[in-house]
Amino acid sequence: MTIAAETNVRSAENYRVTRSRRNVAWTGLGALVVVVVLALFPYIVYAGTTTIMVQGFIILTLASMWNLLAGYAGLVSVGQQAFVGLGAYFVLILALHGMSPFAALPVAAIGCGVAALPLWWLVSRLRSGYFAIATWVLAATVMLFIEKFSSIGGGTGMPLPGVTGYSPTLLTADTYWAGLAVTVIALAAVYLLLRGRLGLVLTAIRDDEVAARSSGARVGLARLLVFVVAGIGCGAAGGVLAISQLQVQPGAVFSVQWTAEMAFAVIIGGIGTIEGPILGTIVYIVLQQTLQSYNAWYLIILGLVAIVIALFARRGLWGLIDDHLHIRLFPVGYWLWAPGSGGRRGLRGLGRGGGKHS
Amino acid sequence: MVWVNAIIQGILTGGLYALFACGLSLMFGVMKVVNLAHGDLAVVGGYVALGVIAVTHIPVLWSFVIVVPVMAAGGYVLQRTVIQAALDRGVLTTLIVTFGLSVVIENALLQFINANSHSLGVGNAIITDSFSIGSHIQIAYLLLLIFAVAVVVLLGLQSFLSASRYGRMIRAVADDKEAAQLSGIDYRHVFGIAAAIAFGTVALAGIGYGMYSQFSPTTGTDTILLFAFAAVVIGGLGSLWGTLLGGVVLGVAQQIGSQINVSDQVLAGYIVFLLVLILRPQGLTSRRAQS
Repeated sequence: MTIAAETNVRSAENYRVTRSRRNVAWTGLGALVVVVVLALFPYIVYAGTTTIMVQGFIILTLASMWNLLAGYAGLVSVGQQAFVGLGAYFVLILALHGMSPFAALPVAAIGCGVAALPLWWLVSRLRSGYFAIATWVLAATVMLFIEKFSSIGGGTGMPLPGVTGYSPTLLTADTYWAGLAVTVIALAAVYLLLRGRLGLVLTAIRDDEVAARSSGARVGLARLLVFVVAGIGCGAAGGVLAISQLQVQPGAVFSVQWTAEMAFAVIIGGIGTIEGPILGTIVYIVLQQTLQSYNAWYLIILGLVAIVIALFARRGLWGLIDDHLHIRLFPVGYWLWAPGSGGRRGLRGLGRGGGKHS
Repeated sequence: MVWVNAIIQGILTGGLYALFACGLSLMFGVMKVVNLAHGDLAVVGGYVALGVIAVTHIPVLWSFVIVVPVMAAGGYVLQRTVIQAALDRGVLTTLIVTFGLSVVIENALLQFINANSHSLGVGNAIITDSFSIGSHIQIAYLLLLIFAVAVVVLLGLQSFLSASRYGRMIRAVADDKEAAQLSGIDYRHVFGIAAAIAFGTVALAGIGYGMYSQFSPTTGTDTILLFAFAAVVIGGLGSLWGTLLGGVVLGVAQQIGSQINVSDQVLAGYIVFLLVLILRPQGLTSRRAQS
């Protein structure tokens, strides 16, 4: 790639190009500490807290996947609940065949990735709004199809077997760790994908699809890859959902509300950044917990906030923070240091979503 | 004979689906907006009709005289404010904003009214009646009326777009809004008018649906939006008659599906939709590829 060559030229002129303004090692260490502390939570907090956090992990995983789809690949999917439901059902089916639900989780996630291939083939020809509703129809179709099998509960669903031997405390803790593991893997996968070549291709698509195509970027392949990864991630989140609910109900796991929640978390936090979904999930959980006695109010407020942010602060809450503090927890772009100066933003368009979305 | 009956019923419900779909199709054709809140607007139309009937005690059949202008005015205002603001910021924002509107409308209806199903009971005896051809085919006057309304609306829309002054403006703006602007057309106003028409037709469809079946806050997304979209895709973009054909094909597929197995009604419709997507992604009538 020309990036390497460009970097050499720049450094020859005493320019320095780094991933981040601050040392990445510190952020890495910080992330490690956060993960370790989170992993210790079942020993230090009440089960009620970990249950809420499992919900947060599910939303964060979903939001990261939706961010990859909409914020980077330009694929606004309103049908990600198809994968949430499939993930939950794959865990259920494997558990019915005697597998531990926890062991079934990775298998279910991979299964969702495989299922994403034919689904992609169906919708890949459509763009923007038509893609959005077609994925929605697809999710409804998958649900109606699943409901036809009475051996896995038909239209009413069924409880998840294979957890009867567990003590409640251990089950809660294991569910929490499963949720944490899925989230950490999902975030790490998104980060590594965006740092690599795919990140460059996706940024090129986001900025100008025609230009990217004519420069030889394999747009279709990149989108397929993102769709499959998002399928795996949403499927894993659906599996965690099945384990945490201990039952699988088609209307609940295939609800479009999942897509609403993941999309709103991304928009509020900041679309096109890895940090945005994390921030958005925190906002979501806080709103949901404070307003939970008022039924649908949290979704109304989330929706209104998302509309306002989409219209007036398109880079979301993280965009506001980034503008003022220049923090990058997950640097996937580059920072250009001019000779003698404190550094300025040059290559900010590379690999991260600060710029315009179209 | 049951199959003939299923096909006839399917054709008639197809009229209702076409009525749902033409607003969606119009907004996409003119402003390139895929309105994800389209189905919820139909449900709002149904609830407005319920309110209007409760307050004024006018007959259900005539409630459209008030509901359609109210919804059309709402459409104009929404287009000039929120949707136009979203359009100025790109496709992604438009999708997010209309999806946000959809979720907000649906949950607001759940919160402020309730989750119960409502229907617009038609008191009039003749319209709830049906006539039979032979021993197996029964045709409800109501469905026939809805089908006729759909055809009239599509005919009206077609002649409005091709013959009237505003129709010409709408077509000009749809083709090239900058060029239209240079010729002295305020494209934002034209967008508003197109949205008003779309909202008016969707309100009419909402009333029709309320008389034909039952609606609840979730009907807008579960049923109406997805059926309307399936009808548009099956029929092909950019053609109002294609929309009618798409609605009819969807309706017939559903009725045949429900003949095979009652619970397969909706699934059968979606399978036909997916088949069209695979075999003829440009739709049954359109020659142009979708973009």
